Amino acid sequence: MLAFILRRLAQSIVVMAVVALIAFMLFRYVGDPVASLLGQDSRLQDFEELRERLGLNDPFYVQFGRFIANAVQGEFGISYRLQQPVSELILSRLPATIELAFASAIIALVFGLSLGVFTALKPRSFAAGLIMTLSLVGVSLPTFLIGIGLIYVFAVELQWLPSFGRGDVVRIGSWDTGLLTSTGIRSLILPAITLSLFQLTLIMRLVRAEMLEVLRQDYIRFARARGLSNRAINFGHALKNTMVPVITITGLQLGSVIAFSIVTETVFQWPGVGSLFINSVQVVDVPVMAAYLMFIAFVFVVINLIVDILYFAVDPRLRIGSGRR
Amino acid sequence: MTEPIISVRNLVVEFPLRRGLFTAVDGVSFDIMPGEILGVVGESGAGKSMTGAAIIGLIEPPGRIARGEIYLKGCRIDNLPPEEMSSLRGKRIGMVFQDPLTSLNPLYTIGQQLIETIRRHLPLNEAQARQRAIELLAEAGIPNPETRIDSYPHQFSGGMRQRVVIALALAAEPELIIADEPTSALDVSVQAQIIKVLKKLCESRGAAVMLVTHDMGVIAETASRMIVMNKGKIVETGSVGDIIKRPKEDYTIRLIKAIPSIKDETRRHEVPVSPKPLVEVKNLTRDFDLSPGFFDRLIKGSKRNVVHAVRDVSFDIRKGSTYGLVGESGSGKSTCARMLVGLIKPTSGNVLLQGEDIARGLSQERRQMVQMIFQDPYASLNPRWRVGDIIAEPMRALKLVSSRSEAEDRVADLLQRVRLDPISMRKYPHEFSGGQRQRIAIARALSSQPEFIVCDEPTSALDVSVQAQVLDLMRDLQDEYGLTYLLISHNLAVVRQMADDVGVMHSGVLVEQGPVDTIFDNPQADYTRMLLNAVPDISKVE
Amino acid sequence: MSSTNNSTAAQKPRTRFQRIWDSDVFFSFRRSPVTIVAALVTFILILAALLAPWIAPYDPFNPASLNLMDGFTPPNSESMMGNYFVLGSDHQGRDVLSTILYGSRISLFVGFLATLFAMAMGISLGLLAGYRGGTTDAIIMRIADIQLSFPAILIALLIFGIARGIIPPSKQEGMAVWVLIVAIGLANWAQFARTVRGATMVERQKDYVSAAKLIGVHPLRILVRHVLPNVMAPVLVIATIGLALAIIEEATLSFLGVGVPPTQPSLGTLIRIGQQFLFSGEWWILFFPAITLVLLALAVNLLGDWLRDALNPRLR
Repeated sequence: MLAFILRRLAQSIVVMAVVALIAFMLFRYVGDPVASLLGQDSRLQDFEELRERLGLNDPFYVQFGRFIANAVQGEFGISYRLQQPVSELILSRLPATIELAFASAIIALVFGLSLGVFTALKPRSFAAGLIMTLSLVGVSLPTFLIGIGLIYVFAVELQWLPSFGRGDVVRIGSWDTGLLTSTGIRSLILPAITLSLFQLTLIMRLVRAEMLEVLRQDYIRFARARGLSNRAINFGHALKNTMVPVITITGLQLGSVIAFSIVTETVFQWPGVGSLFINSVQVVDVPVMAAYLMFIAFVFVVINLIVDILYFAVDPRLRIGSGRR
Repeated sequence: MTEPIISVRNLVVEFPLRRGLFTAVDGVSFDIMPGEILGVVGESGAGKSMTGAAIIGLIEPPGRIARGEIYLKGCRIDNLPPEEMSSLRGKRIGMVFQDPLTSLNPLYTIGQQLIETIRRHLPLNEAQARQRAIELLAEAGIPNPETRIDSYPHQFSGGMRQRVVIALALAAEPELIIADEPTSALDVSVQAQIIKVLKKLCESRGAAVMLVTHDMGVIAETASRMIVMNKGKIVETGSVGDIIKRPKEDYTIRLIKAIPSIKDETRRHEVPVSPKPLVEVKNLTRDFDLSPGFFDRLIKGSKRNVVHAVRDVSFDIRKGSTYGLVGESGSGKSTCARMLVGLIKPTSGNVLLQGEDIARGLSQERRQMVQMIFQDPYASLNPRWRVGDIIAEPMRALKLVSSRSEAEDRVADLLQRVRLDPISMRKYPHEFSGGQRQRIAIARALSSQPEFIVCDEPTSALDVSVQAQVLDLMRDLQDEYGLTYLLISHNLAVVRQMADDVGVMHSGVLVEQGPVDTIFDNPQADYTRMLLNAVPDISKVE
Repeated sequence: MSSTNNSTAAQKPRTRFQRIWDSDVFFSFRRSPVTIVAALVTFILILAALLAPWIAPYDPFNPASLNLMDGFTPPNSESMMGNYFVLGSDHQGRDVLSTILYGSRISLFVGFLATLFAMAMGISLGLLAGYRGGTTDAIIMRIADIQLSFPAILIALLIFGIARGIIPPSKQEGMAVWVLIVAIGLANWAQFARTVRGATMVERQKDYVSAAKLIGVHPLRILVRHVLPNVMAPVLVIATIGLALAIIEEATLSFLGVGVPPTQPSLGTLIRIGQQFLFSGEWWILFFPAITLVLLALAVNLLGDWLRDALNPRLR
């Protein structure tokens, strides 16, 4: 167990290092950081001085080492566009994104799992067919169109819910939460649904496919031959075996919700890191791009670790070595 | 007269398929008496498994029972509502499937699966059910059942798992056990033990058994009465001794004749005398490094784990002869075969072909001399290629033909030699049956005009009657072209029938070798003796 | 259970057309009305996009023919200038139908090329990883895994951002479509690689590969002639679904304002433009491009879904 976790940890560090390298190359070679910091009419000498001061004349590995050391401390430099430290920018916008991602992850997980199980157990029913067709429509609808559609119906026509922003927020420590005010909750509903829909259909289709596969296995047939009830077979045997492959992919899907929120945040003008990133891409604000990349990679690595540990808990074949031979 | 446990009357099972209705079971009737073991034998597609599935009510849709009745102790059960049928399964009719590796849920301990089954059918509490589960495991021959009960399936070997499966099927004392090829996935030595366990447990409980199998040997050793099925119909019914020794119907007569026996002593040809063996295998060794990864070694202190798949194996193959290499799974016989043709490089040792070492790469002309026939005719032919291209590939790759039309002529000729219509060259492999595909594979092997062909289990994926045809063909071709074969097989009877010399492999070591009659009639090594004793063979019928 | 068609071996070989018509795949196509409709819709949309310069009622990108007085004409009506617009006109007086025709042209162009690019890259790397195994496999698959865990949109955005930083501003507009193709292609290769690698690992164990190795066929030839045709079925499925995905991704990027320039609008750009007028009642500027996009993606997805089921009969 320990060896397994340590191996995964080592892999995670490698992944982070690779992403850091990409982020650094981005930082160092895309655009000219000096030109971005100094105005158009600065003297050549100023350029040279700044280059020296920023350590841009040092060898590659020294610069990379410094970048890593800074990154570990959460230090990514100053945004070209907003002239603020990147870490501050990201931290101030993080609560909005995390609350949104969390809400939609729960929606996606709950509905995705239950609909997936339902369509697998009753594959020939009319309802299952309808759900499958609707899910295909869901996959074909771009997220931004879903958002626009929801805004049009619920905000413009029916005027039930707000169309943009987070509503009122309450500050707890350094965390601005929208979950404690009624406007905050109401503002969360539409973006959370928008963001969850795509993952929901993916999880549902995955659960269905895996469960259908499991239901074809010999041990399910043998369980039937032993006279077990349908309930015991479907929810005791089939569902647990379905979970093994589903955990991995679902975990990663939920992780990508955070990165996926870029589009949703743009449509709903949600003040999160996603909209910060998209604004940065448009003006090539490299420090923010690099930091965002590192942030997403970190989320991915953490989720991956959690998934591995879950995997371990579910599958005895990993936990206990084979006693054969 | 006592009442039969199960009565099947005019059973018809149909599958609506795209190209019309397929009748898997067609008007089958039989009875099984209490305590009786009824053998149901037939080749693939005979409908024997489907009959078993129909009795226990587990036909996969779209299949359905179209006509007929099934009675369990006089009560009709084929038209019961699903819930009632479900409570009947396990309680009154138990079932054992073929593959013990996939029959158990990998995520639950065997104890959990046993207790679940026992409590579903019997009014016992958790502790009582657990006690009963332990007793069952002990009876099924699982050592230390008190501790093993909390193990997961993957911690047992295949044979042990099949014992668990049998214990599970018998957990609620059913009156009838349907065993569908219960030993076909197991090695010969394990097979014998499992048959014994199944027989003993059913006898002690007075349970009747319907033993479905393609292996007449297993029936000969186990059953008292048998049914022979073909194409969904019963061909012949009678006592096992009568049918094997005095079959009446044409189909049965042909079937029995096609089954090879380890007592078969008919020799066929004299191997031409030649001064030097064609192939000399010298001290062949192959190791596989299965060490755990770097981190496990570092943290758990796991040692390097090197498996000696083949250890110091030496033998000679005479020109124009057949050398049989027998052994159970994992004995290293297939690794040996692959080293002989250069698909795996040996760790040490040599393979000499006409005195030249070929184990580490073959020259162009040597490559042409060595060919191979594989076990699975479905995997050894590229499904996207036309048969003509498949057969011509060795000629083209080795540049033995100069033009397309020359290649086509040769392919047509080869197809005729393996008794196939030359027009077959325009078709794809999926349009042929298993036996026909194996003929195509033989034609491909012949196309480079080899002298030496390694045959790795060439007939073990085939039905007995087809096996007999393919073996006949191989023998004819040997006579015609003076071919030399290395025949790898787990089937002792096939080796006895085909080989001139034989080597017995066990755990990577060649335990014994010599002329085929000597080894079979007077085995020296304990392992060979055990193997020959364990083989279910039709010669062993009383 | 035996197959019922053992007797076919005795029949005459059939022509290619007969085989295709009679194949299980085509049989399931003929039996699924939804699939036939989807195929028809896809075909019509592609055809309309290809023929846009000839069938579009107006040339929306010729400034000379534009008149701001034509702006905001509702569907099926005449503007003040007496021009008739079936699907209405936008704020610059461009005919919505014509912009849709030209827009789907760009959407499909980007979608097809990006998918082809992803496919070529994914297949070659997947074949290589699956056949070589070992370290090659570990490196390629690790990269694919990492990339797969990031949403394609993010990867594409990143590549787009990098391209913006590298390409001089004067050339950015002209290169935009190609940057988009590369960005979407690079974001989607991993799916192909993973599938092809998995299938290759299964195929290379099969004995038809051994038989070819035995006679000394070159590994590259084995990969291309033997393995590749046998791994194409799942690739086809992914390519179809990938096309729908690429079209949606292109639309999303353009919607976010980082895609094709407004002078050359794709469906996504049109939706971005239309969104500005949604709240003021000019719904048609958004609605018709959006419907076209969804219809296109849905039809292609339906085809992919059918293909998956047809090529993998176990799943039915």
